[in-house]
Amino acid sequence: MNVEKLGSDAMDGVSQLQKQLVDYTASLFDEAFLDEQFNQLQQLQDENNPDFVVEVVSLFFQDTERLVNELAKALDQQCVDYKFVDKSVHQLKGSSSSIGAQRVQRACISFRNFCDEQNVEWCIKCLQQVKHEYLLVKNKLENLFELQRQVVAAGGSLPR
Amino acid sequence: MEASSSSSSSKGFMANVEQPHVLAVDDSLIDRKLIEKLLTNLSCKVTTAENGARALEFLGLGDQQHNSLESNVSNSKVNLVITDYCMPGMTGYELLKKIKESSIMKEVPVVIMSSENVPNRIDKCLEEGAQMFMLKPLRQSDIKKLRYHLMNCNS
Repeated sequence: MNVEKLGSDAMDGVSQLQKQLVDYTASLFDEAFLDEQFNQLQQLQDENNPDFVVEVVSLFFQDTERLVNELAKALDQQCVDYKFVDKSVHQLKGSSSSIGAQRVQRACISFRNFCDEQNVEWCIKCLQQVKHEYLLVKNKLENLFELQRQVVAAGGSLPR
Repeated sequence: MEASSSSSSSKGFMANVEQPHVLAVDDSLIDRKLIEKLLTNLSCKVTTAENGARALEFLGLGDQQHNSLESNVSNSKVNLVITDYCMPGMTGYELLKKIKESSIMKEVPVVIMSSENVPNRIDKCLEEGAQMFMLKPLRQSDIKKLRYHLMNCNS
């Protein structure tokens, strides 16, 4: 067996993964799933906090799921508490903005505009849109983290 | 984006302090985690609080101040308070007022953060004595500016 060839194949493997990672990341920005704030998060990650991004994003997932459930319940009431709805959407807007989940943030901004109208049907549609965008970005981020794991496992380093 | 007050009475509080102690107040766990990292990256010691009441307790201004073990008179001296504006219960503005009205903490600079750029809100906070107003989400460059501004702020 030619050890040198094995070595260069292994290098190709890592480079390929790294390229995949760079391309995938770029596509998430191009499609506005993520914005500059996500870059800021990645730059905060270092040897002292190697899982910082995953931790913060996990908090975002938990937060969003909780808020979406609470909003669904609130909009299901006979007498909708629009102050509560507005406050919850504001929170969701804040956390999506903090991690750079741009499409979720935009969906929240639209939602808040409809809150003012106090039209429950429109609010329910807005919530569906927020949930839809959330599920999309969740999937994208999970793919991203998986690619990063693969790069690191193959001995490569993550692009900064 | 930030706006700053010229009526500061803090003298370069971070200039002579190796590791400034910052109290960060925000009801969002995500934002507390972020601000903590941003500040520790610039060699600050950070304490976080999830609401105004807890913040006041930590500063020794709470209702239990007589029994509080963590008052500012002890070795946990706070050099800066940075607080979110929109919080349930006590807003950042109300927290700012309470700090500025106190005899022991009124010299401590208070920075207000908000995700919303509302001129009235900004003016109100600056008039009440806030050192700076900063727009969220905060970035490392914002915290650097904050540190620089406060280091060079002499009354």
